[in-house]
Amino acid sequence: MNAITIDNLSKSYGKVKALDGISFEVHRGELFGLIGPDGAGKSTLFRLLATLLNADSGNALIDGYDIVKHYREIRSRIGYMPGRFSLYHDLSVEENLNFFAALFGVKVEESYDLIAPIYSQIEPFRKRRAGKLSGGMKQKLALSCALIHRPSVLLLDEPTTGVDAVSRSEFWDMLRGLKERGITILVSTPYMDEASRCDRIALCNEGRILGIDTPEGIVRGFDAPLYGIRAKRMFKLLEAARSAEGVVDCYPFGEYHHLVTDNSFSEERFAEQMHTFEGLCIERLEPTIEDMFIKLMKR
Amino acid sequence: MRHNFISFVKKESLHILRDKRTMLIVMLIPVVLMILFGFAISTEVNNVNVAVVAPNRTDSVSDAVDRLAHNDYFTFKGYIAADDIDTLLRRGDVGAVVLFDSDYDRLAADLAAGIESRPAIQLIVDASNVNTASSATAYLQSILLGTATAQSMFETRMLFNPQMKSAYNFVPGIMGLIFILVCAMMTSVSIVREKEMGSMEVLLVSPVRPVKIILAKMIPYFAISCIVLIMILLLARYLLDVPMSGGVWGIFSLSLLYLLLSLSLGLLVSTIARTQMAALLVSAMVMMMPILMLSGMLFPIENLPKFFQVVSNIVPARWYIDAVRKMMIQGMPIVAVWKNCVILLSMTVVLLGVSLKKFNDKLE
Repeated sequence: MNAITIDNLSKSYGKVKALDGISFEVHRGELFGLIGPDGAGKSTLFRLLATLLNADSGNALIDGYDIVKHYREIRSRIGYMPGRFSLYHDLSVEENLNFFAALFGVKVEESYDLIAPIYSQIEPFRKRRAGKLSGGMKQKLALSCALIHRPSVLLLDEPTTGVDAVSRSEFWDMLRGLKERGITILVSTPYMDEASRCDRIALCNEGRILGIDTPEGIVRGFDAPLYGIRAKRMFKLLEAARSAEGVVDCYPFGEYHHLVTDNSFSEERFAEQMHTFEGLCIERLEPTIEDMFIKLMKR
Repeated sequence: MRHNFISFVKKESLHILRDKRTMLIVMLIPVVLMILFGFAISTEVNNVNVAVVAPNRTDSVSDAVDRLAHNDYFTFKGYIAADDIDTLLRRGDVGAVVLFDSDYDRLAADLAAGIESRPAIQLIVDASNVNTASSATAYLQSILLGTATAQSMFETRMLFNPQMKSAYNFVPGIMGLIFILVCAMMTSVSIVREKEMGSMEVLLVSPVRPVKIILAKMIPYFAISCIVLIMILLLARYLLDVPMSGGVWGIFSLSLLYLLLSLSLGLLVSTIARTQMAALLVSAMVMMMPILMLSGMLFPIENLPKFFQVVSNIVPARWYIDAVRKMMIQGMPIVAVWKNCVILLSMTVVLLGVSLKKFNDKLE
């Protein structure tokens, strides 16, 4: 049985379609990532799964329970961390944890073994107000609170947004540890570089799913040769490259422009055509998930 | 599940106790308002300086002036010449001048005998503060009338509040205002804050029923309001000397009902408002304004235009203030204001019902 089964789920706010017929499955014990920019409908999907909103059409099951009919059952099985979630700033670390334990009718000690790897890192600060913690520590506390009732499915809506790079990396290590203990995790993120930490990912944009696969599988789907180009006048280069022969697409990507080509492309001929650009440099690149995302989005 | 309810109340109390500034404001506002309305902003007559012009200082004139001089509310500033009246009033040295006719004795005697004649006394009053002027005039008249016209047409007796102390009037008004402030505004803001912070989503997802969430939020605010209520009653009794002749317990139980009503009102606002700012604005617009204008706190309801008189019927504070006034000042027992109680009770039931229905365990 799948931990989460989503079948043709749609949700609109007035005329805006937040989710447009989404379907996918998350296997038991899987770390599944929803990758997409703001406004892709990620938060809406989380709220539907957390039974906070009702879908316009379609259906979803968590642990075999219907999100509409058995919503009470689902609420005791999921650990949900909303995107804006920031704990209670005026309560101490300990008080926050105790409150969430009481909320779910459990004792902290009962779940201590589960949260220990995470909570032990912030335990030295247990008397400190949550508002005075660093972003990374807040995230650890929030995750501890979401785990306190031993949920079988963890729904984390953009848990790493606004957290520094080191803490983000630590956070993904913690998720990996939870996954090893058999917890199914559905996590969303706008950061493409975090996608490789998931077992499988779904790329989504404007309420639709563009592709679902393992991170490697997604990258493998990018079959066209990819180059990175750089010169002194980057903007002019972008315009010129777009009209060059054999170029399918060219877009800014960090310090480089990424050049998507077809089989008729030749590196020498391209360099010849761009000879007016000072300091031109061309490099063959391995595609990333973001390249695939851009490709899928433009299709 | 009892365990988690207590932790809920505990958590809510911690929020309140840790927000020291808000706590201080809540405790101070009633005291400040009571002192402000009780002493500073008063329409009552207090220490009005009075000068007297009396061409013939006969015995009866001296008698009248004596009564004036011995009255606590007036300070006798001495006899002056008629020419100085204007200057003294203009400079603000005196608030009123009493002018005895040179033929005072005879005119007074004529009046007493029922013979038509010209007035025996003229009162010249500084009316730059209309309220003070009119009450000073009325009170001066009653003092001077004492012997001058034994058989004047009216005999006015100001029952319950003979000195027309305005504190008496304001205490019920302040109570009507404060409890809405503390209960309605603070509960609504605290619920909306959870929405704004995103923690409401977690609370809703938890197995705890929304009714419990709400109840746990109400209890600490209810407790604070009770403390404020006791504070107000003590201040009213011992600082402002309000008689409370109708029995403190009656006032207390009626106030508890009003507290519940305010809490349900706050709950309703919180289900409508999405941000703390909006909750504050709604509270201010929908609650404060009608209480100030339409509850009879500042302006008597009978003086309002017909339309607003009708509207004032749905302002809960109107019924509460009216009942408290009756009990506090007129000394009626709670049974005498049963109509107000029934109205307040039904308002509470309706508000609580509507807001609990609107507060469901989903986001929309």
